[in-house]
Amino acid sequence: METVAQDIPLEHFIMLSGVLFSIGVYGVLARRNAVLILMSVELMLNAVSINMVAFAVYTAPTLFIGVIFAIFVITVAAAEVGLALAIVLRVFRNRGTANVDEVNTLRW
Amino acid sequence: MTQAFFYIMAALIVGGALGVVLVRSTVYAALLLIVSLMGVAGLYILLASEFLALVQVLIYGGAVTVLLLFALMLTRVRDLGESPNGAQWPFAALTGVALIAAFAVMMSETTWPRDTNEISVVPFTSIGDALFNRWAVPFEIASGVLLVALVGAVVIAMQEEGEA
Repeated sequence: METVAQDIPLEHFIMLSGVLFSIGVYGVLARRNAVLILMSVELMLNAVSINMVAFAVYTAPTLFIGVIFAIFVITVAAAEVGLALAIVLRVFRNRGTANVDEVNTLRW
Repeated sequence: MTQAFFYIMAALIVGGALGVVLVRSTVYAALLLIVSLMGVAGLYILLASEFLALVQVLIYGGAVTVLLLFALMLTRVRDLGESPNGAQWPFAALTGVALIAAFAVMMSETTWPRDTNEISVVPFTSIGDALFNRWAVPFEIASGVLLVALVGAVVIAMQEEGEA
């Protein structure tokens, strides 16, 4: 296997993926607009993909499952965003707001 | 050289992500999401997966963010000025920091299985070969997922005759 770079330790990628995931978690929990929550979910999915690809390239380049995983994550994330935005549009049409705190009719 | 590239991309990614979760305006958050995802694409180029970088730019930068911007445009409320964050944001910040701490501890405690610090190139032709031979069933299922999402999105967001 030809090598591209030799001076970036694997831990850098793992830490970057962890930080991105945590920022996504904060965004999902703190934001009130439904579309912004979806953006934070996209951040989390990208963090997972970075992690998978880094592991595949560093530890198992002949069995690159991480790259295939990242391709499928991107595919499923695109499908999920389309569907989730359709739901947000429907909720906005019925309730007049895209704010998840105000859509609380089903609460006790 | 590659280290400088990695740090630039990491700064773009983390800066864009912090902007997405902290910025007041929703459109700025969407544009900063584009910045962050393009940073991830640059990171994929550093990891010698140019196909993945291409797919990332195309799908995320071309389709997902455009869709998000359309949804932001269509679900805009007239009276802005309310806080973009919910009342539970201190707990959310605590959770985020605790997660980062957990990742750091876990990463320093584990010995990762590798011989060297080398980034090896995954040949592009073998990705295509694996995707259609070994991973053919997940590939077909993914196309089924896309079909269901497409039909479902149209059905959910469709406006019937006489509906508001």
